[in-house]
This record gives sequence, C-alpha cells and structure tokens, in this order.
Amino acid sequence: MKKIINDPNLVVQDMLKGLVAAYPNSVQQVPNTTVIARKDAPVSGKVGLVSGGGSGHEPAHAGYVGYGMLDAAVCGEVFTSPTPDQVYEAIKAVDGGNGVFLVIKNYTGDVMNFEMAAEMAQAEGIEVEQVIVNDDVAVEDSSFTTGRRGIAGTVFVHKIAGAKAQAGGSLQEVKEVAEKVVANVRSMGMALSPCTVPAAGKPSFILEENEMEIGMGIHGEPGTERKAIQTADEIAAELTQKVLDDMKLTSGDEVAVMVNGLGSTPEMELYIVNGKVNELLTEKGIRIYQTFVGEYMTSLEMAGCSVTLLKLDDELKELLDAESKAPAFRS
Amino acid sequence: MNLHVQHVLQWMSKTNDKIQANKEYLTSLDQAIGDGDHGINMARGFQEVMTKTEASQYDTVSDLLKDVAMTLLSKVGGASGPLYGTAFLKMSMAVKGHTSVDQPAFTKGVEDALNGILQRGKATVGDKTMIDVWNPILSLLKENESVNAEQLEDAAKHAMESTKDVMAKKGRAAYLKERSIGHLDPGSVSSYYLFSSLAEVMKEGE
Repeated sequence: MKKIINDPNLVVQDMLKGLVAAYPNSVQQVPNTTVIARKDAPVSGKVGLVSGGGSGHEPAHAGYVGYGMLDAAVCGEVFTSPTPDQVYEAIKAVDGGNGVFLVIKNYTGDVMNFEMAAEMAQAEGIEVEQVIVNDDVAVEDSSFTTGRRGIAGTVFVHKIAGAKAQAGGSLQEVKEVAEKVVANVRSMGMALSPCTVPAAGKPSFILEENEMEIGMGIHGEPGTERKAIQTADEIAAELTQKVLDDMKLTSGDEVAVMVNGLGSTPEMELYIVNGKVNELLTEKGIRIYQTFVGEYMTSLEMAGCSVTLLKLDDELKELLDAESKAPAFRS
Repeated sequence: MNLHVQHVLQWMSKTNDKIQANKEYLTSLDQAIGDGDHGINMARGFQEVMTKTEASQYDTVSDLLKDVAMTLLSKVGGASGPLYGTAFLKMSMAVKGHTSVDQPAFTKGVEDALNGILQRGKATVGDKTMIDVWNPILSLLKENESVNAEQLEDAAKHAMESTKDVMAKKGRAAYLKERSIGHLDPGSVSSYYLFSSLAEVMKEGE
C-alpha cells in the first residue's frame, strides 16, 4: 500500500481537519464528531439537509456542504456507514426549526443507521423525513433483495433538494422534489483497477491488466460482467445503453449528464467518454441541458467511471440552475 | 436459567473473547460474500463494551444490557451496529424490573430482540442473516421449559451451520445471488458466538 497518509486508523480525522482548514469560512466540524456542517448552521426557518455515508468517496459528501446544498455531511470510517449517534449529532446541528431531511444511499448499513438516528431525533421532537437513493442500474431492483445501490446520482439529489430547501421549501416539498430526482436519475459504472481501504492494507479485488468490470459498485462490489478492456467509445456506449434501457427516454426529453471519475481516471479520459455519451444521446433526439464531467463520487483510487442521466422538467432545471456555494459542486 | 448482573458480565466477556480470537475468520467470511469488515467492526465494538462495562457498576441486568446496546450502536457501524444495538436495547427493555432473569424473562428478551432485528433489518427467516440463528433459539426457549447449556449450544451451532447452503436475500451478500451459496453468513457466526458464550456461562452454573 502506497498512500499519502499518517496513520491508516486516522485517515478520516486527518482528512476532516484539512477540509475545515481549506474552507474555514463556509464549514465547521461539529465538536467531538465526524460531522461537517455549514458554518452558519442551523439556518433558522430552513429545512436542514443531512447526507453522509462511509468516507473514501470524496468530494462526497462533505464537499457538498454549503449554501444551496447540504447543511451537514456525516463522515463514517472508510466505506463504513456512520453510526446513529453521529447522524443524530448532525440532525441536531442543522435543525432550524422546520425539520431535517436525510439523503441516504441504499446500502443496508446506511439505511439502518440513518433511520435509527431519525427515530432518536423524532423522540426529541425534531421532524425528520428521508429519501433513499438507488440509481445504480447494474443491480437488479427487486422487493426480495436489498435493491439497487446509491451512487453518483446522489449528487443531483443533494443539489436539487438543497436548492429547494434553500429557496424556503417545506420539509414535505423538499421530500417530494428529492423523490422526483430519485425517480428520474439512473447511473451505471465500470472499473479498470481496484482501490485499497487504508485499514485493510490491500486491494479488495483484483483485475488483470487487460480486464475491466462493468457495473462495479463504489465500494468494489461485484458488477454484472468482467471482460477484456474495450475502447472508450464502446465503454461509453455500453454504460449509456444500460442507463437508457432503464429510463424510457424519448426524443425531445431533456437530461442532465454526469460523467464521474472514480478516483484515478484522468479528466482526459472522462471527456473522451463524454464525447461518445453526448453523440449517442443527440442521435436519439435527447436534449442535453447541462453536462458535468469530473470527480463527484469517487471510490478512493479506483480507476473507472460512471455515467449518470437525470431526466429534467422545468422545476428540476430551475433547481439545478440555482446558486450553490458548496466547494465541490462544479457546474 | 437464572442470570444476574455478574452472569451477564461473564456472557459479554466470553463473547468478546470469541470475537477477538475469530476476528480474522469473521472478516474472511465477510470478504467472501460481503464487504469484509464484520470482524474488524465487531471486535472494535465488543472491545468497547468491555471497556465500558468494566468501568461501571450495575444494579440491574437491564441497565447493563442498555450500556451494551448503546456501546455497540455507537462503535460498530455498518449494518451490525444497529442490528446488535437494537437487539440488546429491546432485550434490556424486556427484562426491566427483573433483578434476576429466569428463562421466561430471557425468552421475552430474545423475542423482543428478534422482533427488533426483523423490523430494523427488514429481513425475514431464511434470508441468510443473523435472524436464522436468533429465530431457532427463540423456538428452543419457547418449546422447552428448562433449556440447558448443551441444548443452547447445539441449537445455535446447528442454526449457524445451516446458513451455508442458503442463498442470501438481504445484505451485501444478496448482490451475489447464487454465488452466496456455500458460504456461512458472517452475522450468523457472530450470533453463534454470542449464544455459545451464554451456554458456557450456564454450564458453569449447572
């Protein structure tokens, strides 16, 4: 393992220290927690937005804390859901009197820990609502299983629900628009190389020099197919088609596109992928309202990318366009 | 069965010993079909349980179990933290007011704990989860008036081993579908350690 760290067991604490040092005017670390909150939290009268999960997906989620997006991000150990007491501290820190909204990615641990925290907060009289993001089409959605995973599409939920809350939306209105995003966002990823969780010290899986895995999750969960590496155009086409198969877009529909890097894929390659995604969508008459290319939801130093499409309507476009001061949201 | 505070302390201590001794094993089971952190997380959580309970004084089993629950909730993380935390919290509430916990009181504790796990995990019997150990233990306690250490150990071990040939429907192992068959469920193995440790405490009192 070759990493720029001090101690594998202290990576989260050390990272948070540096993050707060980078944005001292916009964020704070809630004392004795791994919660990053807006400097001005709680904002009186505004619905508080809390997201979070395991660390290792930077800039998710603490990079999305700021005006117009999240009020707080709860940072768990690397790839491990934060505990209910930490989530509860975040809820308390951002409660401005009109309730708190939780954005949860669909992993068993995340859902349970956030729901327990919600129950603790509700017992204290704080109104809490939630949405569970499950945009990864690589995993079959079935009521008999855990269901699809939440990946890069979560960033659109942060942006749009965050804009709604910033504009003065009620807890119920924030929930409705967040659910609308979840219903209209789909993603699919692929990996070229694994990543190493610092505390584990070795990669969680092996891909041979000429191999790639289609549909791999952001913690290295198995995908749908492992095969010989192809060209960027072929990869872009496969990811885009898998997303489209699940979305039923028709000519004239408008979308936001996100081509997300998983940690060690150069932007050059992400732009190459985006070129093909753009071409394919345009051929089908799908209008691209806005494109996001870069690292939004990573998996430590994994190489690979994901393609996310969000079907837009007027309300979603307006909220996507609204001002955000979160440091990691590049538009 | 007649559990006082000191017995529950021994129960936790023996559970901790087994989890520390099998930390790598639990992690390797989880690497095969999950995300590979079960041993690390459970070892961290039960180590904290020992630190917390050794530094405290307890008048009732309920208070002790509540501390176990809150410690696991805040220190384990992942899915195991809320599941074990909920189980011990429900057990603590079920035995509130009992100075010593006899089998009917313990059975109620296991029943409430299991219901808590079912509700929290949204899983059911046969999904290849810790429920597949807790459920047969509850049946054993309900169907036999005076369960002894050997019966408890046998039932827990058999239940844990039976998860091997089942396809996972909940947790990360569910993504593997058929590929999860042939592997023990790590949460069932840690639950086995828990009941096996209780059996050892009971055996010393028999």
